[in-house]
Amino acid sequence: MSDKPPIITFENITKRFGKMVAVDNVSLSVQEGEFFSLLGPSGCGKTTLLRMLAGFETPTEGRILIDGEDISSVPPNKRPVNMVFQSYAVFPHMSVADNVAYGLKVDRVPAAERNRRVEEALELVQLGGLGGRKPDQLSGGQRQRVALARALVKRPRVLLLDEPLSALDAKLREQMRTELSTLQEKVGITFIMVTHDQDEALALASRCAVMNRGLLQQVASPNDLYEFPNSRFVADFIGTVNLFEGVLAVDEPDHAVIKSPEISTDIFLDHGVTGASGGVVWAAIRPEKIELHKRPEGSTAPSMGDAPPGANAVAGTIRHEAYLGGESIYEVEIGGGRRIKVKRSNLTRWDQEDFALGEAVWLCWHACSPAVLLS
Amino acid sequence: MELSWTKAKAVFAGALGPPLFWLVLFFLVPLGIVWAYSFGHNVGLTEISFTGTFANYARAIEPLYLKIFVKSAWVAGLTTGLCLVVGFPVALAITFASEKAKAWLLLLIMLPFWTNLLIRTYALIAVLRTEGYVNMSLGWLWHGGGLIAALLGLKPIGDFQPLELLHNNFAVILGLVYVHLPFMVLPLYSALDRLDRSLLEASLDLGAGQMRTLFRIVVPLALPGIASGVLITFIPALGAYLTPDLLGGPDSQMIANVIERQFKRANDWPFGAALSFVLMYLTFIAIAIQALMSRRSPEAR
Repeated sequence: MSDKPPIITFENITKRFGKMVAVDNVSLSVQEGEFFSLLGPSGCGKTTLLRMLAGFETPTEGRILIDGEDISSVPPNKRPVNMVFQSYAVFPHMSVADNVAYGLKVDRVPAAERNRRVEEALELVQLGGLGGRKPDQLSGGQRQRVALARALVKRPRVLLLDEPLSALDAKLREQMRTELSTLQEKVGITFIMVTHDQDEALALASRCAVMNRGLLQQVASPNDLYEFPNSRFVADFIGTVNLFEGVLAVDEPDHAVIKSPEISTDIFLDHGVTGASGGVVWAAIRPEKIELHKRPEGSTAPSMGDAPPGANAVAGTIRHEAYLGGESIYEVEIGGGRRIKVKRSNLTRWDQEDFALGEAVWLCWHACSPAVLLS
Repeated sequence: MELSWTKAKAVFAGALGPPLFWLVLFFLVPLGIVWAYSFGHNVGLTEISFTGTFANYARAIEPLYLKIFVKSAWVAGLTTGLCLVVGFPVALAITFASEKAKAWLLLLIMLPFWTNLLIRTYALIAVLRTEGYVNMSLGWLWHGGGLIAALLGLKPIGDFQPLELLHNNFAVILGLVYVHLPFMVLPLYSALDRLDRSLLEASLDLGAGQMRTLFRIVVPLALPGIASGVLITFIPALGAYLTPDLLGGPDSQMIANVIERQFKRANDWPFGAALSFVLMYLTFIAIAIQALMSRRSPEAR
């Protein structure tokens, strides 16, 4: 990360509503130009954190800095941030142009410049020529663009987005996702987005903060969050995961072995584990990182090459299949009633027909695939 | 039984029948009779002949009565305006109160309805009359001020002259505002309570202060509520009878007092009926204006 001072800093922020702790001692900083995402299940405190940044809630403890300045005592209408609300909050009694011009009128921007900037902002969100419309003549997607234009026209230091895509249907959501990220590249403003949708966060954000029950769980790039989660919560929340509870039987600098009562094979890793103190650990293996092979009568476990023979391979039986078009998700029973999810890409037209319910299979994975979780 | 209730004709008729019968028999029929009276004239003490004359209406719009109509409209208008000015902040405060406080505040607004209008009006008399609570309190303050003045060695300030607070237009307006305030606060509250809070936050977020947010966002969006509050305050205030009768002086009679006198002391039912219907037409015009206004603002939906 750069040496520049962060644009936003949360310092030990705690927010309590009565006895309920919504945000619990969160410290976090966001760099200029980032597309930062606050991600977590509903009620995890992400929206409260965003609303504290906008000024609609006051932290119970801690400080929020924008460009190094404490803004705790600055009212929302004096903060250099603007927000796109989940409900869009487009003023229903004003035309689209008046909605966008509202913030500029407050700032006493001269009429000529104001009109030019409103027109520019509407063009930016592809609403050029619709300035005269009333909000009730717009679709949901268009209303959201109005909310975006209205916030961006103020040229804020940071744009806050509260669940920006949650109210749109699936197709439109995908389209807006792309548009949001091009928009951010174009205007170069720092975006902070709250979402409960992990796909959305992974697709858009340059960095994500995962929250759970008011606590910050992990801050990392989407790739690191997915591949190197730091806890069972993050591994499970971001995508799907197969978790095996066990102990570290071997822990050398260049390899490690986890033995779990839940699975009959050794889980071999091509790296050592740091910070493990001999207690319980969890191996997390993503469904798409597990290979499926036919298991004819009397066959031996396939060798993965990077693992000792017999490790990272287990026999199972296919119990369920979900065909999703581009891929299929199999549930494979590996004994003891334990089922493992395996995702398989449909590379050819006939791939999904390779495995049938009840078929005997081998499951195997590479030594670099499992992630070791200590909590 | 998943039958639409409009299709269950028997149930529909059964539910609608009795109240409809009641309204026709005890409201529409008497109203029709009074309407017929307005086109008749007195013959003898109790006899009225229906002659189809418009003489009563002609008399009703003579300057003498027209002036009282105008004055009534003026008093009702002032009452409505004062109710709006006082009621809007009250409704706003209730809207933003906590859920628990909200219920109590609404109860306080409705509490006066639990007391008879007559008793409430007499209570106001007790407050406003020459020896009433207002003058008593002012008297004490005056007396106290006099004592302090004497202690400081200043010139004595003289005896307290009680204020004339009762039996004038001031008392009538005060009484009308007091009686009609709940009619204004409740529709305002229901309009403000429906307001999406994120609109207010959006206004603040865009840099607007509280005052600009109030006048550019809250008031325009509460317009339908303001319109219905104005209407249901103005109409009963226009026809107010008891308040001007008890609190007013000789110059503060309103149209309802004149109508009452026609039916009782003057024993001129046809003319009283004509005045009543002129009042009713005025009310209809007020309702029509409100309906037109709410149709013109599409966001009122």
